Amino acid sequence: MKYNVTIGLEMHCEISQTNTKVFSSAKNGYSEIPNSQVRPIDMAFPGVLPVVNKECVRLSLMMSEILHCKQPEYMYFERKNYYYPDLPKGYQITQNTPPAPVGMEGYIDIEREDGTTFRVEIDNIHLEEDSASMNHLYDTSTIDYNRSGVPLLELVTKPCLHSVDDAIAFLEYMRAIYQYCDISEADSKKGQIRCDVNISISENEELGTKVEIKNVNSFGSVRDAINYEVQRQTELKQAGRYDEVEQETRRYDEETGTTIRMRSKVDAIDYKYFVEPNIPKYKISSSWLEEIKASIPELPYERKAKYITEYGLSSYDATILIKEKAIANYFEECLKNEIEAKTAANWITGPILGYLSKNDIEIQNCYMTPIRLKTITEKIKDGSLSSKQGKELFNLTLEKQQEPVDIMKAQNMIQISDEETLQKVVNEVLEENPDQITMYHNGKTNMFDYFVGQVMKKTRGQANPVKVKEILTEKLK
Amino acid sequence: MEYMNKGIVEIHEALKSGKVTSKELIKESLEKAHEIQEKTNAFVTIMDEAQEVEVTDSLLSGIPYGVKDNYSTKDILTTGSSNTLKDYVPFFDATAIENLKKNGAVAVTKTVLDEFGMGGTGTTAHTGVVHNPWDYKRMCAGSSSGSAASVAAGVYPYALGSDTGDSIRKPAAYCGIVGYKPTYGMISRYGLFPFASSLDHCGVLTRSVKDAAIVTDAMKGIDPKDMTTWDSTNMHLYENLSDSVKGKKLFYIKEVCDLENYPNANDELKEHLKNFQETLKKCEELGMSVEAVSIDQKLLNALPSVYVVISCAEATSNMSNLTGFIFGPRGEGNNYKEMMKDYRTKGFSPLIKRRFIIGSYVLQKENQEKYFKNAQRVRRLIVNEMKNLFKKYDGLIMPVGSGPAKLLNGSNDMLKEDTTVLEEHLQIGNFGGFPSITIPNGFVSNLPVGVNITGNCYDDQNVLNIAYALEGKMNYQGQIACEVAK
Repeated sequence: MKYNVTIGLEMHCEISQTNTKVFSSAKNGYSEIPNSQVRPIDMAFPGVLPVVNKECVRLSLMMSEILHCKQPEYMYFERKNYYYPDLPKGYQITQNTPPAPVGMEGYIDIEREDGTTFRVEIDNIHLEEDSASMNHLYDTSTIDYNRSGVPLLELVTKPCLHSVDDAIAFLEYMRAIYQYCDISEADSKKGQIRCDVNISISENEELGTKVEIKNVNSFGSVRDAINYEVQRQTELKQAGRYDEVEQETRRYDEETGTTIRMRSKVDAIDYKYFVEPNIPKYKISSSWLEEIKASIPELPYERKAKYITEYGLSSYDATILIKEKAIANYFEECLKNEIEAKTAANWITGPILGYLSKNDIEIQNCYMTPIRLKTITEKIKDGSLSSKQGKELFNLTLEKQQEPVDIMKAQNMIQISDEETLQKVVNEVLEENPDQITMYHNGKTNMFDYFVGQVMKKTRGQANPVKVKEILTEKLK
Repeated sequence: MEYMNKGIVEIHEALKSGKVTSKELIKESLEKAHEIQEKTNAFVTIMDEAQEVEVTDSLLSGIPYGVKDNYSTKDILTTGSSNTLKDYVPFFDATAIENLKKNGAVAVTKTVLDEFGMGGTGTTAHTGVVHNPWDYKRMCAGSSSGSAASVAAGVYPYALGSDTGDSIRKPAAYCGIVGYKPTYGMISRYGLFPFASSLDHCGVLTRSVKDAAIVTDAMKGIDPKDMTTWDSTNMHLYENLSDSVKGKKLFYIKEVCDLENYPNANDELKEHLKNFQETLKKCEELGMSVEAVSIDQKLLNALPSVYVVISCAEATSNMSNLTGFIFGPRGEGNNYKEMMKDYRTKGFSPLIKRRFIIGSYVLQKENQEKYFKNAQRVRRLIVNEMKNLFKKYDGLIMPVGSGPAKLLNGSNDMLKEDTTVLEEHLQIGNFGGFPSITIPNGFVSNLPVGVNITGNCYDDQNVLNIAYALEGKMNYQGQIACEVAK
């Protein structure tokens, strides 16, 4: 028996695009060198005070607007008190209790792959600081304070999602928004995105027992964790042991692909929230809000709609193109270079994305720039290259990291379309294959392709296949 | 010729005219510090290495001063008078210290406080009890105990204090000197070890109102590192100091100050309150009016508990950074919890632990509404009441404490029941962030007592002027503790 699945998500996304951290003047950026981006407040030396980064507040309010949330009248923060070595102050500055969060009670509509849409209700989105990162070695743990104080946006949905696919579609779209708005690179490999997942199952409208899975660090893991947890709960329910599903906090273990119990609801930590006294409350002016609203850039779905209606792309291609801002930007750069929209989309969704994922590189670091791609598509378009040659040139360009025109020269890669030259080659081939001509005339029509192949062979693939076919058809009449 | 028992302007003029050098002043100050250390135990650190500074037009240049040991001082031990930080050497200066450095001021001591400022007796420091220079058997009150003792003893003309409940203004009274905490946010708290952030103020202990104005002018200023600071560029406290206070209106809280409310009053209390009435007469002689105002006794009685709840709650959280991992002596144990527990168990005195437990209790989810939120509500009621009164009056004038310094022998941090409000009313100044100054106003049992003037926020000039005029009517300005003077 299949049960109703109810999922609520908490999505943490680091704001990566500000110069400094959220309450600290230390540089906000990813660094391989531990403890190189640290100010006294990031290690909580006695007497240090938080200073709010206004740009972080601006970006948070922008997200609040995008999610159709209510903004609070006053901006203020709270302390979440708990002891852990990655939290040097012994409290995290956050916005927990309404009306503290920068955004409350909003929603966002998400498009599924099949074209249907669903609405995700947003409980709140709030601005807070990240903790330091820890590395647990055999008999010791190390702490890197670079991450301590990095701005973090936590987005909390209502328990309104009912399938793992919807959950992932929502997360992917949110990631795209963070990127499109230049708020975050939203790169889970850099630990910029982390999720908590709340899951329950039930056979009716009433919600079942909620289990929280903490610190799921990639969308793939979110998918696996949800699937695992749904199955675990389902099996217990089917075995009549649903009472063993406890309101508890579990963590997802990537290695085993399972969830592991951390603590039960009974042991829930009392975070003793109270208003941060070192940050005076201040009024969010409506003019500032208007300004922020007006500055929201074109969002992924807006681009998608444009790609479909203006450029005539399929919904499928458009969806792929908008998923990541860098890809969409690449596509638009191609259009600026006057590559035809459909051609560009085909190249990107096919060979380019294939190459990127195979070699694990970012499109912005890819040697195949829109200008180089333009060179290749242009050669195909004007007939200097066959489409097969075009593919080959594409691969060679990436392989050799050399300009496509240079490769063409070096490889003597040119399509022969000259009638006279091709006539000559066709004649040669026909003269050399009298038997095959007979077979052709006796009904073996597939011999036609054989002749084309021979011509291509003789010209080392440079013959224009369309022209060759025309000539052959004429000669074999 | 001695200079450290003089006022700042006089010392500055002597420096300017070449009668004395900065080096000589530092030597005199350090010698006096060492001299009183054995009897008073006022210092955590005496900076024998302190270097002279070029004398400029800045009134403070080249002149020694003392720093309460909860101000971060770069490269100089700063302990908060706690075992948890007994070896902690900050690598940055508090903004107030930085500002004084820019003015050429020379720090020569780090003074003892009640551990992290959380006490009012001067008896809870990791270095031991601070003794009152007027009578070594008595306390200085706290928490700015060492600063008060050393200024009273004439080690230097001023020392820095911090004030969360009355930690500058009470010790000033017990030591017969001036203690001033300006409006919240006038002096940056960056680098000050926090006790309760919404109540903490920086301030100064001096022997005259004039000196308090001079030092505050140098310490204050908006600070990008402290969001609660505000721009006071146009405030020149010393320059605008004036004793023309004719027509100013003062009030005192009837319920707290009238002798008839204390049927069991001892002689010291009687004398103290009588002396207060004498001071009120002097105010009237200066052309000010003084009125007795009644405030709801319920509100007054709530003062101490409101203070305890809010200050302990904030303190619990503020001091959660003390784990012994990054600074402080690292605790022993098999995991981080054990190590932290060991460090905190050994490091904090029982008084502080008690306050942490209170703070933690009132913040708990099931208690927060009843205790913490209600305390914040009552705090607002008290502040609103005061702000209303400040619309009508220029200042609140009140006696400090229930008499002179208490005997150390047998004293503890517990308060006598029927004088609670009298002992605790200075907290009103912290609740509202009001400017508040204590000046000496006489002697009871041959020991100094003080009077306090508190005004509305940003009205520092007015408060100082009233104190300045009143000080001029009395003979206690610049007095040096006599047991030392002998």
